[in-house]
Amino acid sequence: MKDPIIQCDQLSVSLGGMKVLDKVTLSVNDGDFLGIIGPNGGGKTTLLRVILGLEAPSAGSVRVFGGSPGSFPGRIGYVPQRLFFDRDFPISIRELVLMGRISNKKLFQHYNKRDREKADQAICTAGLERLADRRIGDLSGGELQRALIARALAGDPELLLLDEPTASIDPQMKTTIYDLMEHLKEKLTLVLVSHDIGTISRYVTRTAFLNVTLELYESALSPNRESLSALYHYPVNPVVHHSQVSRTIDHP
Amino acid sequence: MLHEILAFEFMRNALLAAILSCVACGIIGTYVVVKKIGFISGGIAHTAFGGIGLGYYLGINPLLGVIPFSLFAAIAIGLMSKKAKVAEDSAIGTFWAVGMAVGVICISLKPGYAPDLFSYLFGNILTVPTFDLWMILLLDLFIIGVVWLLNKEFLAISFDEEYARVSGLKTTALYLLMLCLIALTVVVMMRVVGIVMVIALLTIPAAIARMFSRTLPGMMLLAIALSLLFSISGLWFSYQFDLASGATIILVSGFVFFLVHAWRLVSASLTAQ
Repeated sequence: MKDPIIQCDQLSVSLGGMKVLDKVTLSVNDGDFLGIIGPNGGGKTTLLRVILGLEAPSAGSVRVFGGSPGSFPGRIGYVPQRLFFDRDFPISIRELVLMGRISNKKLFQHYNKRDREKADQAICTAGLERLADRRIGDLSGGELQRALIARALAGDPELLLLDEPTASIDPQMKTTIYDLMEHLKEKLTLVLVSHDIGTISRYVTRTAFLNVTLELYESALSPNRESLSALYHYPVNPVVHHSQVSRTIDHP
Repeated sequence: MLHEILAFEFMRNALLAAILSCVACGIIGTYVVVKKIGFISGGIAHTAFGGIGLGYYLGINPLLGVIPFSLFAAIAIGLMSKKAKVAEDSAIGTFWAVGMAVGVICISLKPGYAPDLFSYLFGNILTVPTFDLWMILLLDLFIIGVVWLLNKEFLAISFDEEYARVSGLKTTALYLLMLCLIALTVVVMMRVVGIVMVIALLTIPAAIARMFSRTLPGMMLLAIALSLLFSISGLWFSYQFDLASGATIILVSGFVFFLVHAWRLVSASLTAQ
């Protein structure tokens, strides 16, 4: 059996004196599509940031591709949730996506033809060919989200981390983004953070509930009332979407 | 008319200084505007006054005092705000005032009157000596060289610093280098508009250029063109009406800045109707 891609062992993280993650043990293997769900403030984004090397653990260990987090930037693609950049920045989608190539380049090296081809491929995968030369300020939320996925894909990652890729975009766009992930899971290992339990349970192969501590389920978990209520510590009424897709929750 | 002006050597030097400094100003000003670090740049510029005082006190060319001093200021402000958990505006404000204070003390320690100092504070493009021109050219070439080599890294940290870090870039080192380039640009601009007003010429042309640009290199070229336009027309007005050249250049820039924004407001409200 191959070594896991991500291995968290008794991982704890405190931010500003608050325990955000407590003794989280988790492994992600090659080809997994792990969905991480949980309430706001449950540490979902922090977990991703630790895996990326942006946040240091206060106890426990994290190994990514067998090394410490941040050692292999070229093998990881990241789609952040919050946009720290300026929507008015004078840059086209094509150039935004091209920036995803930077983890494969050395200092001082300029982008070459191959980088541009890779960026164009990623733009096609995300279905943005017609918008490639638009300024990012002219895009809708969903289009921008797909551009960020394309940026992450341009670097040819083996592991893709997505933080709430469908937050704050319209439902139709959500479906196309999930379809895109359905396509990507053939080739990539995916970790997806979302609060959209009903929808992601259709796509993921494993589910983790994260609320400071983590519970792992070796399957796409049915979002039933009991398990959710236990997780959120208050009664939850799941609304299951039975729309377009017929294969909703096929559970043993 | 132009012929008559250019007959004077000081006018030719002035024009050359304007052209050379606008190149650095357009390129670096673009980063200042898109990365929103105008206040830091102002802090570096004012701290640089300490270097002028020091150079004057030591009896060397103030330019030689101001280069190491402003580079030190850039790195210190950058490190303080990134690493020492000091609020960025407190770090900037402290350096801003301390740098000016050092300059004032140095100047007062040296006996005699310092007529030249006024031109470093408020610029006097008409008195640029040939040595300074060469210095400006050298700094220009250095700035262009570094930006050419690191354009993809500078774009990445300007656009999304966290993503750049995730991509494996040494973002703090790159940011400090960018601040150092700003410091050198301040030195270049000092003769034209003076350190008090440098920030205006660093930000106004780039801020206008941003409204009409689709790419960063395009924005840089437009910013260079605009700062040239402002400097040369400002110089012409100052010659015609016998006004201080640095201040006239800034007034022209500011006037166009307000004009463009007013035009935008009007055209936006017209299309809304």
